[in-house]
Amino acid sequence: MISFFQKVGANSLDNLGSVGRATFMLIGALVSKPTPIKSFPLLMKQIYMVGFLSLIIVVVSGLFIGMVLGLQGYTILVDFGAESSLGPLVALSLLRELGPVVTGLLFAGRAGSALTAEIGLMKATEQLSSLEMMAIDPLKRIIAPRFWAGVISMPLLATIFSAVGIIGGYLVGVKWLGVDDGSFWSIMQAAVDLEDIWNGLIKSIVFALVVTWIALYKGYDSIPTSEGISRATTETVVHSSLAILGFDFVLTAIMFGA
Amino acid sequence: MASTSIVEIENMTFKRGERTIYNNVSFQIPRGKVTAIMGPSGIGKTTLLRLIGGQLRPDSGTICFEGQNIPELARSELYKVRHKMSMLFQSGALFTDMTVFDNVAFPIREHTKLPKEIIRTMVLMKLEAVGLRGAKDLMPSELSGGMARRAALARAIALDPELILYDEPFAGQDPISMGVIVRLIQSLNQALGLTSVVVSHDVQEVMSIADYIYVIANQQVIGQGTPEELRQQESPLVQQFLQGQADGPVPFHYPAAEYSSELLEYARS
Repeated sequence: MISFFQKVGANSLDNLGSVGRATFMLIGALVSKPTPIKSFPLLMKQIYMVGFLSLIIVVVSGLFIGMVLGLQGYTILVDFGAESSLGPLVALSLLRELGPVVTGLLFAGRAGSALTAEIGLMKATEQLSSLEMMAIDPLKRIIAPRFWAGVISMPLLATIFSAVGIIGGYLVGVKWLGVDDGSFWSIMQAAVDLEDIWNGLIKSIVFALVVTWIALYKGYDSIPTSEGISRATTETVVHSSLAILGFDFVLTAIMFGA
Repeated sequence: MASTSIVEIENMTFKRGERTIYNNVSFQIPRGKVTAIMGPSGIGKTTLLRLIGGQLRPDSGTICFEGQNIPELARSELYKVRHKMSMLFQSGALFTDMTVFDNVAFPIREHTKLPKEIIRTMVLMKLEAVGLRGAKDLMPSELSGGMARRAALARAIALDPELILYDEPFAGQDPISMGVIVRLIQSLNQALGLTSVVVSHDVQEVMSIADYIYVIANQQVIGQGTPEELRQQESPLVQQFLQGQADGPVPFHYPAAEYSSELLEYARS
């Protein structure tokens, strides 16, 4: 029994310690006087690596999820003769939930794991140490541009995901199953508030912060061996996925609850 | 003494967790010479370079570089000091996403505002010095181990440091590239007037280039002197190391329970 409490205690201390180290890492990376001329090309490169290269998986997933929503929604709504409400169903579920959440999960798998592995390997091959010895702060040079790239890219990807998903729902609902074109769009327009779009965007920004932070920290803190890096990469995906789902509930409760 | 040595380590103790790596060691690294630090693997030779470079802090004692105590420097001062030193890592640590040229140009671009043409000239000169001017457009993954280390060496001397720390420069090299690196360390040391610290356990190579050698074991400096002096030393530990004997003061066996009793453990129970 005591050993159980011991374990819980040790675990919590460990976790608290890593939250602290992660915070120090982020502060070290982000707090500095801006050097736009040097940082901008680095940021652009990372937006390409983190954001643009995740575009295909996001677009394809968005399309299919939109099409499935259209199909599933239609089969239920048509029983009540309410198939003209397919538009808002697809749009609201994408903008409020699926867009940010699924993009976050995909982003964690595609970009987050890549970031962790890249930084872990840089650590293992002494590239981070050699930056240190060249009097260049690896936090500012390596961590900061990747962090901003993630935070900028993911909300954009989530927006693209929702847009493509709505097109997918439109293709299945209107073009295939024969929902009325006009009512699909007009009822959607009437039902979707600007607030829905904002809330989705806020969610995706929060997820972006969390996923990128976890991914960078896991890489930076990894044990620089093949086993350590593989574990860090797995942890990135697992922890960020759980964090996304947890934060999603909290944010939904704040935004739409009560 | 102060003017002749570039690094002075005094009463330095360093612990990693419970394990003591260095116990109250003191020594000097003379300016303009090739100083070698030898010792069996796993006794913290690389750690020593990281201590000199300020990446690790000792538990007590001082490490002075040109009179400045490295462990007490603030980050910005430490970065200033690091402009004057550079380190060749065991793996080379080239940036894998840049060509050889960009790797060598990297520290120059980061720390100076020189125009493109001058940077190009500087980089080509450094690459010529290590014989890799023809390989400037290759990526690090396209280089052999020896070439990667030479490219890393070109990067290490890019900003003309005063002190260069070599971490196991001969490890894992074939005889030819070993010879090339031995010659490079020597000629760079003379031509550029810098100070070299070579950490290694390749006895032959080290004996051939070092002006002064420290042998480290058991958390202490156990022997020091010029290569000739070292050969004359009677310390059994130094001789075991220099001659590569399997057993001696450094035991072949990892500490263990008595052999016969461990074998018989099953039989008894």
